[in-house]
Amino acid sequence: MSSTDVRHVHYLLGLGDDALVYAQRLGEWLTHAPQIEEDMALGNVGLDLVGQARSLLTRAGEVEGADPLRDEDDLAMLRDEREFRNVQLVEQPRADFAHEMARLLWFSTYQRELYAALLDSTDETLAGIAAKAVKEVDYHRDHATQWVLRLGDGTPESHERMQAALVAVHPYVAELGEDHEAARWAAEQGVGVLPSSLTDAVNGYVAGVLEQATLTPPDPPRWHARGGREGVHSEVMGYLLAEMQHLHRSHPGATW
Amino acid sequence: MLDADLAAQVEQDMRAVPDPEIPVITIDDLGVIRQVETADVDGRPGMRVTITPTYSGCPAMHAMADALAEAGRAHGIPVEVVTRLSPAWTTDWMSEEGRDKLRRFGIAPPTGERAHAGPPGPVPVGLQLRVVTCPQCGSDDTEEVARFGSTACKALRRCLACREPFDEFKTI
Repeated sequence: MSSTDVRHVHYLLGLGDDALVYAQRLGEWLTHAPQIEEDMALGNVGLDLVGQARSLLTRAGEVEGADPLRDEDDLAMLRDEREFRNVQLVEQPRADFAHEMARLLWFSTYQRELYAALLDSTDETLAGIAAKAVKEVDYHRDHATQWVLRLGDGTPESHERMQAALVAVHPYVAELGEDHEAARWAAEQGVGVLPSSLTDAVNGYVAGVLEQATLTPPDPPRWHARGGREGVHSEVMGYLLAEMQHLHRSHPGATW
Repeated sequence: MLDADLAAQVEQDMRAVPDPEIPVITIDDLGVIRQVETADVDGRPGMRVTITPTYSGCPAMHAMADALAEAGRAHGIPVEVVTRLSPAWTTDWMSEEGRDKLRRFGIAPPTGERAHAGPPGPVPVGLQLRVVTCPQCGSDDTEEVARFGSTACKALRRCLACREPFDEFKTI
């Protein structure tokens, strides 16, 4: 590729890192979920996200066109914290199951709208990845929806904990809809979409679920997370990467 | 150029490669193979096969690609496996024969209807009412145990008539 714009690479890294880092957190649920079916469900959701991340990071490496080319493994395993462009929502540590369902509801609803909009991307590889992924995240969103309904409209205890989870996760949601520099460029070029253009649809869907679940939409938070798209992360990110990357870095080129 | 009979034989072997997770069906039944053609592979006459992955993260895709390459290697022919993402794979591409084989194996084939009601938008939510027939006894009286089953492509259900649990191949 002749005139690569670094913002194209940054945009793809943002999408890929969201998927990769959230997959890492979801994988932590294995053997910790409230029932074995949920171990499988969250593991499967994470697996879909790993697959999406692989395609997105591979594409980011191609567009970057470094010599030698950075492949999906280089990008996933050999970048440091400040080079990751995921939102802070996905890196937050695992809390209770209601917190995970709150996070999954918002994140999968966002991804659903995002990938649907990317079907028209002028980056044909990205459009192809989106066409595959949109069908997968549809299942993720549905899964989170069913649990939020069940917990919200369940027992007083489950209702209270689901409500508390919404309040706790909410400050991390706004970052999904923030228009960062790479996204503004991508939207102008037709490669991507403005995150803010997805916000109404995301909020509309989530509000509908909360209403039916007899939950109260949380008040606007007094602060919200920001900076992930520029590589600014919360304290937990370094620990997450240490665990995710240590095998690859300790045994470069290992295969089995 | 590759001898036409040999190419046809390799293609036949490729299409007969079993799915690594559900070996009763072939990857051809699954609709994963998009195209098989003769091609120059690393300067030698060989075959190129184009496949479309089922799920982004499906670990079986690697095994499928290896098995396709092996089908050529068995005849001394180099094979290039190309992955094509678009159009995205759908369970609609599964052959009728594949659906029958799944059923006989005890897996309910995709219903063609997604597990939730209707299009996105103002929340068609609720616990779902979709008919999936038990592959064991044929009863429609079945319920979902888990939306995500033993592999990315399957959900877990149980039959309320014969009490047997079974997998359902999810519509995607």
